[in-house]
Amino acid sequence: MRDFSDLVYLDNNATTAVAPEVLEEMLPFLRDYYGNPSSMYDFAGVVGRKITEARERVAALLGARPDEIIFTSCGTESDNTAIRSALMSRPERTGVVTTRVEHPAVKNLCEHLASRGTPVHFLPVDSLGRLDLDQVAESFKAEPAVASIMWANNETGTVFPVEELAQMAHEAGALFHTDAVQCVGKIGMDMSTSAIDMLSLSGHKLHAPKGVGALYVRHGTRFSPFMIGGHQERGRRGGTENVASLVALGKACELAARNIALENGRVAALRDRLERGLLERIPQAKVNGDPEHRLPNTTSIAFEFIEGESILLMLNEHKICASSGSACTSGSLEPSHVLRAMGVPFTSAHGSVRFSLSVYNTERDIDLVIEKLPAIIARLRELSPFWPQDACKVVA
Amino acid sequence: MWEYTDKVKDHFLHPRNVGEIEDADGTGEVGSLACGDALRFTFKLDADGRITDAKFKTFGCGSAIASASALTEMVMGKTLEEAAQITNQDIADFLGGLPREKMHCSVMGREALEAAIADYKGEAPPSVEGEIVCECFGVTDNEIVRAVRENNLKTVEDVTHFTKAGGGCEKCHGKIQEILDQILAECATEAPAAVATPVKPVKLSNIQKIKLIEETLEQEVRPSLRKDGGDIELVDVEGNLVLVRLQGVCSSCSAAQVTLKDYVEAKLRELVTPDLVVEEVAA
Repeated sequence: MRDFSDLVYLDNNATTAVAPEVLEEMLPFLRDYYGNPSSMYDFAGVVGRKITEARERVAALLGARPDEIIFTSCGTESDNTAIRSALMSRPERTGVVTTRVEHPAVKNLCEHLASRGTPVHFLPVDSLGRLDLDQVAESFKAEPAVASIMWANNETGTVFPVEELAQMAHEAGALFHTDAVQCVGKIGMDMSTSAIDMLSLSGHKLHAPKGVGALYVRHGTRFSPFMIGGHQERGRRGGTENVASLVALGKACELAARNIALENGRVAALRDRLERGLLERIPQAKVNGDPEHRLPNTTSIAFEFIEGESILLMLNEHKICASSGSACTSGSLEPSHVLRAMGVPFTSAHGSVRFSLSVYNTERDIDLVIEKLPAIIARLRELSPFWPQDACKVVA
Repeated sequence: MWEYTDKVKDHFLHPRNVGEIEDADGTGEVGSLACGDALRFTFKLDADGRITDAKFKTFGCGSAIASASALTEMVMGKTLEEAAQITNQDIADFLGGLPREKMHCSVMGREALEAAIADYKGEAPPSVEGEIVCECFGVTDNEIVRAVRENNLKTVEDVTHFTKAGGGCEKCHGKIQEILDQILAECATEAPAAVATPVKPVKLSNIQKIKLIEETLEQEVRPSLRKDGGDIELVDVEGNLVLVRLQGVCSSCSAAQVTLKDYVEAKLRELVTPDLVVEEVAA
């Protein structure tokens, strides 16, 4: 394997490093304690008790009860479970209200459901990625079974007013689900006083490994399982527990609860330093999304007249990891659906780069990007037939 | 992450002949900001009618920049007649290959070259003719037909990889399929020699060849046969003759010969070597 020790990792909305404390906590359950928690001997009992502890830790981060937490394999499974459950268990209501900027786990599911005849309303957003609450209220008149609206956007970091939206959904008689994959551990939350009925989270976005997630389902909410099988998760999600990963998720949630202040303090300051540094040095660049309401760790910056993949490949030469909303990196040929829904012009949608930080980033990381990126942008603009030569100046 | 060859990376990180020739003899522009990639290609001829200078400017991804850079090197010193022979596959080959999803970058290079030659001759660039099939990326039926014929494309996905047509709202997939069906039907009636353009003209040792055939059957062929309840067994390889045995429902299927020739043989020719012949041995 290549040496990635001096990596500058600024793609934490894609995935995060497993925290050393998390790895340490999970390893014994891969190595030594392999018992099936359903079995009837002490060797299994130690495993079962550790899962109980993990569940309590996840619940504590959300301000929920342990019996409101269902472990899943990932955020996508949590989203699928929530939306399908709401539709299955509330046949007297019709369809889903969601937004045009959801993660594919919700967006593509809703498009799939729509193609099978379920009425789905996709709410538009404005140029800052914000919802219009009057339009939300209007969409609820169709008496949907569920509204599924993300808490924070993975591409721009824009945060939706989910509490208000959940209350509006309730007033209209709909359940409210939120994909909170990007914001758990970054935004404080208390489900005990919230109107939110269901909430999805994913382990690998908060320093647990990939392949584990959870779904919060408010006590008393009608529920229809997605994975049918054994009695695990009290019959709400069949399948032998992914023990080590559940333990890891529990530990990661415990750490996240402690790190929320750090995320909103030091990480936010680093993000602001990065953003300011780049905007000061690079002409014709602007931030995508709502600067007033966004995650502390995320910035999406549009660099006009160049294409995102080229920027990422050149950053890669300096071992800097970021991601892009450009077509070429999305596996499709069109730029990000989020940026298009916001009406970001093609001149900048293709050249948008997302930097997403974590508590492990340092000033050195940020300063390296501020040092390297202006020259990369200038170089690519020199190559671009759309860039007017005389405008091609980099402020030193 | 795309798997780019070292040559693609080299041409991306150190592009050759960047810029614009001011008093160019020919200028070709293709693509647009909306499409996500665009290329302006200019060239200059000497007294003998050979290209003495060529420059490019590209808005696009790594392979778009590399393809344009490669093109400028490839045309240098050629007459226009010689340059006009360059295909998109030549550009891809020059770079040691491109990911299939990125083949449209090589097509863009070829189109810009043609547009520049047409500009020199005072003609309209060939690609603007025809009827728009893909509204998202402004791709015409002529462009699709040409990409299908030149690159022996078989599926809508292929067409998207090579021309971008169908890569947006996907509404034109039916239309693209119609074009494909029409060309495939025409090819079936043409002499077989006209069909296959060699994709990977590599010299393989016998062992390499057999290994590659096995891998191709395992990874490309079997999964789709199995989906239909069939299977295929490799019996022997004699020179370029590949002997196989069809199994499961395939062994009694009336379309087995079609599967064998149009699918198995085509796949092996595409991914192993173009002169293979596949024959069935009795069960």
